Parts: sequence; structure tokens; C-alpha cells
Amino acid sequence: MTVWFVPRDAAALSVGANAVAAALEAQGEQVVRTGSRGLLWLEPLVERADSRNGTRVGWGNVQASDFASGDLTETAPNYLGVVEELDYLACQERWIYERVGITDPVDPEDYLSHGGMVGLQRALNLSPADVVTAVTASGLRGRGGAGFPTGIKWQTVAEQAAVPHKGDPIDAPRHKYICVNADEGDSGTFADRMLMEGDPFCLLEGMAIAAHAVGADRGMIYLRSEYPAAIAMMHEAIDKARDRGWLGQGIMGSTCNFDVTVRVGAGSYVCGEETAMLESLEGRRGTVRAKPPLPAIEGLFGTPTVINNVLTIASVPSILARGAEAYAALGQERSRGTQVFQLAGNIARGGIVEVAFGISAHELIFNLGQGTKSGRPLKAVQVGGPLGAYLTAESLQVPMAYEALAAEGAMLGHGGLVVFDDSVDMAEQARFAMEFCVEESCGKCTPCRIGAVRGVEVIDDLLASDTSTNAEQLLRDLCDVMTQGSLCAMGGLTPQPVLSALDQFPEDFKRSVSQSSDAVQGAVRE
Amino acid sequence: MESPIKTPEQIDALKGLLTPIVEREPGPVLLCLQAAQTHYGYVPDGAVAVIAEVCNVSRADVHGTFSYYSDLKKAPPPEISVRLCAAEACQAVGGRRLAAAWDEACAADPELAAATGTNEPVFCLGNCALGPAALVNDELIGNANVEALKSAIKAAQNAAETAL
Repeated sequence: MTVWFVPRDAAALSVGANAVAAALEAQGEQVVRTGSRGLLWLEPLVERADSRNGTRVGWGNVQASDFASGDLTETAPNYLGVVEELDYLACQERWIYERVGITDPVDPEDYLSHGGMVGLQRALNLSPADVVTAVTASGLRGRGGAGFPTGIKWQTVAEQAAVPHKGDPIDAPRHKYICVNADEGDSGTFADRMLMEGDPFCLLEGMAIAAHAVGADRGMIYLRSEYPAAIAMMHEAIDKARDRGWLGQGIMGSTCNFDVTVRVGAGSYVCGEETAMLESLEGRRGTVRAKPPLPAIEGLFGTPTVINNVLTIASVPSILARGAEAYAALGQERSRGTQVFQLAGNIARGGIVEVAFGISAHELIFNLGQGTKSGRPLKAVQVGGPLGAYLTAESLQVPMAYEALAAEGAMLGHGGLVVFDDSVDMAEQARFAMEFCVEESCGKCTPCRIGAVRGVEVIDDLLASDTSTNAEQLLRDLCDVMTQGSLCAMGGLTPQPVLSALDQFPEDFKRSVSQSSDAVQGAVRE
Repeated sequence: MESPIKTPEQIDALKGLLTPIVEREPGPVLLCLQAAQTHYGYVPDGAVAVIAEVCNVSRADVHGTFSYYSDLKKAPPPEISVRLCAAEACQAVGGRRLAAAWDEACAADPELAAATGTNEPVFCLGNCALGPAALVNDELIGNANVEALKSAIKAAQNAAETAL
């Protein structure tokens, strides 16, 4: 019998994948719901397995209204051929995303038959210290944006003794925690979401490996409320993992006890900052904590806590399964292994690209992404979320790696690239960066809380006046105060998009806001 | 509007809803607020006092958490929630124009405006390669335009009617 594969990833659902699956099922076809391959411009991307060798061929942009399963033939205009041979996929090196788009995300058997649990099994056969050593040797760094070496963080937590929750009696149960930061609030990033919706067991396996390595007994996933599909998928996966003995008492027959719960955010961007996330997990306002103490020493409920991004933790199973040396052989300088890049915004072929560090932004955007979706010239690319710098079309040769981007005054962040065409008004984008900071500042420190409000005002002054030197100097001084004086990256990095826009697109700041907006809208309407 | 947490029976019902959470979970204040919102559609007057009591913290602590998070609402939500992404990746593909067009559509159609309330912008729905993105109740819309939003709203209204 023919087997069809239709994604149930939220992005695919957002363009009609459920209706396509229903139409296939109504015709009596067998349909497996998978994650998305990450070729998002082709969604809904429907695949059919060859009954002889299992090779999967695909059709792009399938709409329920215009097909019977008999219409999906090899001569159809939307026929793609063998999906894995498409250039967008063939050039990728998938470690974290090795199963995403291929397997049924919540079928444990499918997970096992595609290499799942090999990493955890291998880790459980090693001593905790050897697991930490392997993670350190892989060169893995935090994928949430800060890029802190994961092995060192784990080592720190492993060296701490488990303690009771702060405020509990001294003889209360002792804990250490693994907290996964799935508060993926950066615009232009969706790799955490697609991993959780496409291969949730991989995240749980990585958490279990971390638990074994550092001696943690509890895990929490802090998942943003804006991702309802991912929340449902994680809950389903956790239930199934418990049934299989992958979580709970004595995981996989070992002496390791570890269980995971999901906690849902409540619409606060800054809760993606690790200490604000801890506050939120403890039920309080999501304000940033001063460090020290480091969360690795005194984290969630006062216990030693590993806080890692989804992609960091999800890298670990394949590192253990395929070997730290193989992972460390990829990349450049101190950017080792693979990064999941996300091509977003005004781009013809947006989606997920997992490749080794070092690929240039130009190659990602023009060779893989094939330029802007609108077909107009590219004007700017924001790398690393709303706190990331804007790059110009001329500076896209920069290798995508921690060190190379830092040298350009930019940052990798969570690996998202948001492309803008020439209709964008960079002064408006700079103003938005400040507005966003006004909206989302936790309010704990003054440079961020007040600075962002003044930032919006100063940009308005700058745009309204003809002789803008004073306002510009004021804006630069303000950005300096925010950069140097803020408690966390929210206030500290908001100047990055502002100043990069001001420095690289000064002409956009020489018109008033209303004029520029009208001009842009006029240009777009033409 | 009258709060649904007034009589002793109503207060006990809320306590019954929250007590298992408090017994099971450490740091339960936000979880309790979210549970109350799931139950009533918003966090009604009187809920803060009950949550403070079951969590054994001050009302000020609960109010602090309540007032911090933009998801937590003081008043009942509109019949259908419509949230347009206002973040950069959607701005790059006309998110601002969509927001303006949606406001116009609501201004021209009082029934639509009444059903959906004020558009509450959201910063990123994780659909950044298929923008502009919008969330209608829990349904994510890609390549959104006013027509697509209207038909998603119609579908949500039909689904709600069927459920009744």
C-alpha cells in the first residue's frame, strides 16, 4: 500500500496541510503526519514513499481544493522528484534535524528505527564525567545566543551538590534541574518550534543525557504560549516517553531517575533571558536577576540548574551517537559543529538550513534562499533576532560563525536571518527596535526601562529636525548608556539594531517619519 | 460586570481547581493564574485573593505576577481572538500594511469588530518564512491577508456553534 506523508508542523498547517491530509484520507489513502522538512516555501509539501525501496518523492504547494491523489503524478507541475535530492536539502548536514520531516514525531517506534535513543544508551553506559567530557570535546556552545560552552556549564552543575528548594526544610528532597529554554521569542527564528513539533523525543533524550551527566532529577521546558501546537506536541511526547520508560524512575533500565514537565510562558519576551525565565518558572514577575550567583550554582528554586536552549540540548543525542570528534571536525575557530539557520522575512525560499558554521550569509540568502520574495533588491538583513545588527547587502560575505560576526559588530543570536527588500525604511526599523524594548523591558534596570522610552523620543526628534547633529549625538550617547549599563541583553543589545541602521543607512534618517512612511507605502503600492 | 467568584460556593470551586496544582507544583502562582484564565476566559475580580490564599503568599505577590504578563487578562476576551504578528520578519513582507488594512476592515464592519475586539499585536508566532502571520484563536495563518483572516474567523465561529 502507498504511504503518504503530510506535515503537521504549524507552518505547514498555516497554509492548509490539514485539509490536504483530510483529502487524502477521504480517498482511502494511508497518511503519516510528520514534522516539516523545513522547505517552507513549498508547504504543504506532500511526500509519497516508493513501495519498493522507501525513497520519498514529493509535491510542493499542494492544495486540498485542486487534487485527487491520482493528480499527484510525476508529470504534475508541482512534482519535486526525490525530496532528499533537492539542492536545499542535499547540501545540508543534519545532526539536530536528522529526523525532522521524516518520522512521525510522536511515534516511539519510528523514533527508534531512525536512530533515536542511541545517544542516551551510549551516555548511560558512560560515567557522568565521561559524558561531560564528550560534550566539552564536541565544542558545543549555547545556541540560544550567548554561545557559552555547554560542557563547562554542565561541569559546573555536576560539581554542585543537590539541595532542597530554597525555603524548604533542610531534610526536604534534594534536587538539581535541567531547564530547557523554549521561549523562542526572536523574530525570524522558528527552529526550536519546528524541532519540538517535528522530533520532540530528541529534546527529551537530550535532557535525559544532561540529567545523567550532571545528576539532575527534574526537568522543565519553558515553552512560550504563542506556540500552541508545540505545547500539545511536547505533552503528547512526554506521556509516550513515560510509557516507554524513557522518563521516570530508572530510565532505560539504569539507575537514573528523571522526569520532565512543561511550563507555558505568558507573553513576555524577556523571559527568554535565563534568569527572567527562572523567575517566571518560580511563578513571579519575569524580571532579570543579577548574577552572581550563576544559575549553575543557584538556579531554579535555589538548586544547581543547567539552562540550555532547545537546539543546544537537541544537539547532544547525535553528538553522543556519532561521536564528539566528528562533530568538532565541522565548523571554524571556536564555532564547532552545525548551526540551524533560519531564513525568514522577505525571502523567496525561506526555511531551515542546518549546516556547519562558516557558510556565508550571502550563500544562505542568495544560493539557497534565492533572494527576496518580492523580487526587489535586497537592502538589509537582520541577523540574530530583534536585538541583532542589520547587515547591508555589501557585507553579506561574512562567515556565519560566532567570532566572524562579532568582528563585524554583529551576532549570531539564535541563527535567524530576516531579509528586507529596498522598500524598508531603516529609520522606522531603528525606531521599532526601541519601541520593542519599551514594550518588553522587564523594568528592573533604568538604562533599559527609561532608555528605551527616551530612545523612541530621540529618534522622533532626529527624524523631525533638519539639523539633526544634536539629536544624533544624544541617540549615540543614550545607546552607549544602554549598552554599558543594562543588566541583561534586552537593554544591552537594543542599541545594536539601532546603531547599525544609523551607521549603515544614514540617508534613511534624513527624512521625517511621516514622509518616509508615505514614500515607502507609495513605493510598495506601485 | 459581575465577577463569577463571589459566593462561597464559587470560591470553593476555584479552590478545588487550584489546590491540586499547588500540591503538585513548586512555585505555583503563575500556573494558578493561567488555570483561572483557562477556566473563566480571564482572571476575574476575586481570583487574586483566592490564589494568594491557596498558594500561601501575599495578594501583592499574586497581583505582581498578574500585572506583569500580557497574556493574563482582566476582562472577558472577545468571541474570537485575532492577533497579527508585529515583529520584523512579518514587517519585511507587509505586516504593517496588513495591520492597517485589518483596522480598516474592522472599522467598516461593526459586527466583525465586535466579534474580534481590538487587534492585540504579538511579537513573533514562529512562522517567519510564511509571513505575514496571524493567530485566530489557536489557528496559525500563513501568508495572511484580510480575506484569509475573515474566513478563519468564520470557520472559528462555525466551530464554536457546532460545539454548542
